[in-house]
Amino acid sequence: MKIAIPAEDKNIESNVSQTFGRTNYFIIYDMEAKQMETLDNSAIASQGGAGIKAAQLVLDNGVQVLIAPQCGQNAADVLAEGDIKIYASIEGTVKANIDAYTAGKLVIMNDIHAGYHGGK
Amino acid sequence: MKIAVLSGKGGTGKTLVSVNLAAAAGQAVYADCDVEEPNGELFFKSKKLKSEAVKIKIPQVDVNKCNGCRACVDFCKFNALAYIKNRVFVFEELCHSCGACMLLCTQQAITEREKNIGQIEYGQSNGVAVCTGIMNVGEASGVPIIKQLLAKINQYDNGDKFIDCPPGSACTAMESIKDADYCVLVAESTVFGLHNLKMIYKLVSFFSKKFGVILNKYDKTIDNPIEKFCQQKDIKILGRIPYDEKIAQINTAGLILVRTATEYEIMFKQLLQTITKEIKNETAIDS
Ligand code: SF4
Ligand code: SF4
Repeated sequence: MKIAIPAEDKNIESNVSQTFGRTNYFIIYDMEAKQMETLDNSAIASQGGAGIKAAQLVLDNGVQVLIAPQCGQNAADVLAEGDIKIYASIEGTVKANIDAYTAGKLVIMNDIHAGYHGGK
Repeated sequence: MKIAVLSGKGGTGKTLVSVNLAAAAGQAVYADCDVEEPNGELFFKSKKLKSEAVKIKIPQVDVNKCNGCRACVDFCKFNALAYIKNRVFVFEELCHSCGACMLLCTQQAITEREKNIGQIEYGQSNGVAVCTGIMNVGEASGVPIIKQLLAKINQYDNGDKFIDCPPGSACTAMESIKDADYCVLVAESTVFGLHNLKMIYKLVSFFSKKFGVILNKYDKTIDNPIEKFCQQKDIKILGRIPYDEKIAQINTAGLILVRTATEYEIMFKQLLQTITKEIKNETAIDS
C-alpha cells in the first residue's frame, strides 16, 4: 500500500508541507517494500484548481492514503472518488508521520476546506 | 458617453460616486458590474422591469464514447477536469468555458450544456435606467455577466452611461473598462488609499484610458499623499468629497446624496461638468 505526503523537501526528514495543492513535492512511501520516491508537484504553477491537479497526481501514482495538514473540497472530492483516505498530519517530519500512521495514531481528516472559489 | 468608476478595493466610495453621478445626470444609465457584490440598487430602489439569466457553456462527457486518452484533462489550463477510475469528471465552478476540451477530443465524447451563472436585472429610478449584474455564489468568473450587461446597455439611448466596476484590477475590472470613454478613479485620502489607487492607475494606464481621480473622505487639514502623487504624475483631480458626518448618515440610510441634499446635488453636478469638460478637452486634443 502506498502513502502520499506533501513535503517541503525531497527527503524523508523533510517537514510536511503546510499546503496540499501547492506543495513543492510529494513523498510516496510504499509500506510493504519500505521504499520511498519523490514527485515534483506539477500543480504548483496552476492559476486555479491546483488541488484537483495535485489530487490527480496522487491518484495516478496508485496511492491509497494521503496524509496532509489540510485539503480543499475539490481535491477531497477527487480523492474520495478515487477511494483514497485522507488522514490529518501531525507536526514534524514526513518520517514522523509515516511512523505515526503505521502505529495507528493518525486520525481521518474531517474538516475539509471549502476553499477559495472567487468569493469573499 | 461611457464613464467607468473604479477603485482599488471595496468600500472606498466607488458606488457612492457612480450612483450619485448617474442621479445627478438625471437621464442616465447606471450599470452595476460589481457582480459579486452589486449594491447600487440598494440606493436606487428602482422599479423592476425585467430580469434575464446569464448562461455559460459547460462540457459534459459521454462515458460510452470516451476512450480514456486524457487529452482533455491534461490540456485544461484551469484544472477543471479530472480523470478518476476510467471516468472524466467536470468541476463546473473551475471551468472557464473556453471550449478547448470539446475541440480536442478525437472521440467526440464531449458536448456542451448550458449552465446559469447569474442574472441581469433591469429597473427604472427617476430617469435612471438601473442595470444590475448578479453572479451566483461560487462561480469561477463574472466576466460573462459583465460582457452581457455591457452589450445590453449599448442599446440604451438615454444619456450617459455610468459603469460601477468591480473593485481591484482583476480581469472583471478590465472587462468593465474596456469600452469606457473615460475612467473615474475613486480613492480614499490615506496612505492605504494611495496604494489602492496605484493598482488601478496601472490598469487604466495599461489600457491607455483617459482618466481622473476623485478623492473621497477628504480632510484638508491633513497632508494628503494622493494629492502629491497626482501632482507628480500630472493626473487631474476631478473633485474632493469632504469627510462629512452627514454624507455617512445619508449613505448608511441607503439614500442618494444628490436626491436628498441640495449641497450635494450641486457638488455632483459640478463633478459631472468637470468630467464632461475633461472628456471634451481630451478628444479635442486627440483629434
Ligand atoms: S479527450 Fe475525449 S476521449 Fe480523451 S479522455 Fe477526454 S473525453 Fe475521453
Ligand atoms: S471548456 Fe475549457 S476550461 Fe472548461 S473544462 Fe474544457 S478545457 Fe477546461
